[in-house]
Amino acid sequence: MLEFVQQVVNGISLGAIYALIALGYTMVYGIIMLINFAHGDIMMVGAFVGFYSITLFGANIVVAMVFAMVACALLGVIIEKIAYRPLRNSTRIAALITAIGMSLFLEYMTIFLLGPQQKVFPQSAFPLKEYHALGLIIANKDIFIIVSAVVLMVILQFVIKKTRTGKAMRAVSADLEAAVLMGINVNKTISITFAIGSALAAAAGVMVGVYYNTINPLMGIIPGLKAFVAAVLGGIGIIPGAMIGGFVMGILETFVSGYGSSLYRDAVAFGVLVLILLIKPTGLLGRNTGEKV
Amino acid sequence: MQPILKSKLTRFVGEVLVLVALFTLVQYVITAGLLDQYYQINLTSMCINIILAVSLNLINGFTGQLSLGHAGFMAIGAYASVIMTQMMNQSFVVGILVACAAASIAGFIIGVPTLRLKGDYLAIATLAFGEIIRVVLQNIDAVNGPAGIVGIPKLTTWPWLFGATIITILVVVNLINSSYGRAIVSIREDEIASELMGINTTKYKVLAFVIGAMFAGLAGALYAHYFYIIKPGTFSFLKSFDILVMVVLGGLGSTTGAIIAAMFVTMLTAALQSLPAIRMILYAVILIVVMIYRPQGLMGNKELSRQTLDRIWSGRK
Repeated sequence: MLEFVQQVVNGISLGAIYALIALGYTMVYGIIMLINFAHGDIMMVGAFVGFYSITLFGANIVVAMVFAMVACALLGVIIEKIAYRPLRNSTRIAALITAIGMSLFLEYMTIFLLGPQQKVFPQSAFPLKEYHALGLIIANKDIFIIVSAVVLMVILQFVIKKTRTGKAMRAVSADLEAAVLMGINVNKTISITFAIGSALAAAAGVMVGVYYNTINPLMGIIPGLKAFVAAVLGGIGIIPGAMIGGFVMGILETFVSGYGSSLYRDAVAFGVLVLILLIKPTGLLGRNTGEKV
Repeated sequence: MQPILKSKLTRFVGEVLVLVALFTLVQYVITAGLLDQYYQINLTSMCINIILAVSLNLINGFTGQLSLGHAGFMAIGAYASVIMTQMMNQSFVVGILVACAAASIAGFIIGVPTLRLKGDYLAIATLAFGEIIRVVLQNIDAVNGPAGIVGIPKLTTWPWLFGATIITILVVVNLINSSYGRAIVSIREDEIASELMGINTTKYKVLAFVIGAMFAGLAGALYAHYFYIIKPGTFSFLKSFDILVMVVLGGLGSTTGAIIAAMFVTMLTAALQSLPAIRMILYAVILIVVMIYRPQGLMGNKELSRQTLDRIWSGRK
């Protein structure tokens, strides 16, 4: 039983990371119906910005995270402007292929500039401590990840529910054309969505650095795909769904590596995806909508 | 004999002669030792890439179902053929046939449930299946897990490559020009409308998917028996993206486009062998730029046929 609880605790911090990445996927999908394949790689860029702000500028972990979030918010806006905006009225397949291209571009540009080797995330920025309580081991990095993820999620909820920008985002997501007619600046709203989503991914990137201790240019692929699965699991386009999906994926994954074979960890994520798509493609919180001709 | 039939016959004979000449020329160059190892490897990759691109184009270009799991079927073909030839001491013919059968069965099993999905959901589901195939192979000890199988006999020779490439192209082209092909293309144009016209869309989508998977299996078998080693990591989704680049570049729905793009991408890969990062950046830029400025691909759905060649020729005169 104790081991079970311990696995849940481990799973929650991993799940918090997935949830933050999944939020970006789901927000972008909700607003322009695009699976932003490059999202996991934006997270990777965030991890590298965090890494360099610690190693080069001696920033502490929170400042590094803020740096990474600002840099990636900009990156997200630029990517949207250059690659996705020209394709807004073309087929979804074309947009998806562009996103795949953007993902490869970020990965291999980073390899080209910084080399393919993995880098060790500086321990000095975050000395590891472990707390023992009720027979459970809780590391300070888990607390850090969970607390910062929850804070970011609360801020996000506030922005979306209470501000004018959030209202505009919800309106564009509900009906883009009607939002234009109501005088909402759609381009600006989409840019803001990319900025917020990418900033959350960057925060997750720094957390991945803290969680796994190493970062490399291809680190975004697998967490990106898993976060995408999390977004689909919760119902893509639905913000609370992404949070739930992220935590479920994290816990599921630690269970599979804890009790089963860690080799099958990645296959399980994809297996979950296939099952959802076949049984309930709209996800846990999704609603079925009819198809119009 | 009627004149029209006669002209068709002469054209057919002409085409066969051109192919036979091409085959004999390359065969002579190889046996005479004029083509060194480097060019032979590139020639092999070129043929394998043509098979992969033409077969993926059948699924992505003609049927309009974006599949990102092609490397998975290639892996199944590669492993199935190697199990036959290396572990069960069967001939290469048996290996190839088993590879095709195994890949098409996998294509059927994956295709039936996933092809109900549309657009990007389908893309993600096929990507997931492709990755599942790779992870499962990684975990089977009988095929050495992540280390893969080494010491595969080099059975893929030019006659095999040439024959396999020509058969792939012929099957896909003739399929597209048949009534099946028209049904397949109608699904791409408008799935709901073609369903209303009485076309069993599921049947044709699965058919195209299974045939595409079968040829990917064939390519896998040829690959395994040329390059000495196969391991699951080779067949990750990056390999699927490679094939996708060729299809997108050539034109979604143009077989000749896919062939030309496959040749071009192979040469590009060979030229940039020492700079793998640059190659991938170039791939990425190709994908983005082509999608923004020419989303239908360079050739669109146009074919480079004898007629167009004739027209260009007579126009020049």
